[in-house]
Amino acid sequence: MLAPDNSPLKKTPLHALHLARGAKMVPFAGYDMPVQYVAGVLKEHLHTRSQAGLFDVSHMGQLTLRAKSGKVADAALALERLVPQDILSVAPGRQRYAQFTNSDGGLLDDLMVANFGDHLFVVVNAACKEDDEAHLRANLSDTCEIVSLAERALIALQGPKAESALAKFCADVGSMKFMDAGPRRVGDIDCFVSRSGYTGEDGFEISVPSDKAESLVTALLDNPDVLPIGLGARDSLRLEAGLCLYGHDIDTTTTPVEGALEWSVQKARRGGGARAGGFPGADNILAQFAHGAARRRVGLRPEGRAPVREGALLFADATSADPVGKVTSGGFGPSLNAPVAMGYVPTSLSTVDTTVFAEVRGQRLPLKVAATPFVPNTYKR
Amino acid sequence: MTTLYTSDHEWLQIEGDVATIGITDYAQSQLGDVVFVELPKLGRSLKKAEAAAVVESVKAASDVYAPITGEVVEINDALAADPALVNSDAGSKAWFFKIKMADKSELDGLMDEAAYAAHTA
Repeated sequence: MLAPDNSPLKKTPLHALHLARGAKMVPFAGYDMPVQYVAGVLKEHLHTRSQAGLFDVSHMGQLTLRAKSGKVADAALALERLVPQDILSVAPGRQRYAQFTNSDGGLLDDLMVANFGDHLFVVVNAACKEDDEAHLRANLSDTCEIVSLAERALIALQGPKAESALAKFCADVGSMKFMDAGPRRVGDIDCFVSRSGYTGEDGFEISVPSDKAESLVTALLDNPDVLPIGLGARDSLRLEAGLCLYGHDIDTTTTPVEGALEWSVQKARRGGGARAGGFPGADNILAQFAHGAARRRVGLRPEGRAPVREGALLFADATSADPVGKVTSGGFGPSLNAPVAMGYVPTSLSTVDTTVFAEVRGQRLPLKVAATPFVPNTYKR
Repeated sequence: MTTLYTSDHEWLQIEGDVATIGITDYAQSQLGDVVFVELPKLGRSLKKAEAAAVVESVKAASDVYAPITGEVVEINDALAADPALVNSDAGSKAWFFKIKMADKSELDGLMDEAAYAAHTA
């Protein structure tokens, strides 16, 4: 849910740094956030893919989940009541992508869950964080203690030079693999570091106490390989990586199966699994696993140069009157030097290389269903 | 040759009955990196304030409105082939299209350079 229009915009602990570096600020999920800096979206995007980009994602929600029993397994089993993922098998020091489902099997939010040894650390989307926290409290307070870490900033350092940039302050990061996560000392600051991100590049997310955020970011930006990157390039990077943006590509009306997120639902929670079902909307989601869904999220490559934006209606051919789907994210991919999009189509039209048509300014433009990621990811597995 | 400006950040260069139209340097700086330009068809009749062209940055699409009524007599194919010209040379090489004006009195409401500078200050 978006913050009401009349509420004053919140500021992250890095707000002053953004202004000092010439950021153009925009409202996003109730926060005054940098959409771009002086270099601009295109250069920021390409710099992240070739060097390293630093993103302020402090608007996102950070929470801990601790079982009253003291056992992390009990916190994992409790969280499994709200998500279709296998949380119990997330090993200490590891992180997993998950979604909160509703009773129809739709998605309330997507999130990252890390096992920090004796408790779980959870990162959720900015626009959903109050609702997510309330959802956790309403459903898990009987067995778990839920703490919102409002006094922490979150930054992402992404790109091929991310490891060398962070290693200057935390030698241990070189031994981390994709989706490793845990407390680390960065310089003289106690942080939580995960080897993850949302750009398709290798990189890290670093949770840092708010009062230390500016000094950490300033130190990282002293490295000429690292540039600050705004939300504009964050969006084009994640789109090229084929990653969903909650509220656009997935929402309360889309299931994990429709959203092409089957890979994120482990065997243990599927039909016949050790802990099959037991999450909101399990009936619908497990039925879709068994029998398929009527529609599916796909990658789309417009054949021309014109970007096809979010909201454009999709048609099976150049003339039919009835739309068969809709574009949920679309724009220009700077690394591909071509327009890219994703959207929902009938499953019968979801095969790679199928041609569909989008209506843009009264014209039907052809797009090909394409495999994602559009740009190969570079995760350190 | 006279150059005039609209409050929508277009410029017009007037030579006789023909106006060459582009977007201002201020406009391109607000749009950011331009990745796509769609131009009107040759011969199209445009009414003043009608959407005539589209300019798209990485993030968003914006309309370019006809600042004056008339017929499209030339379009800038070099711009369609290289949309980034808008960022590098908005005021000259990145002209969009030329209109043969139907009614030059429509120019009366437009701004001169000094007025436009004040408008964007």
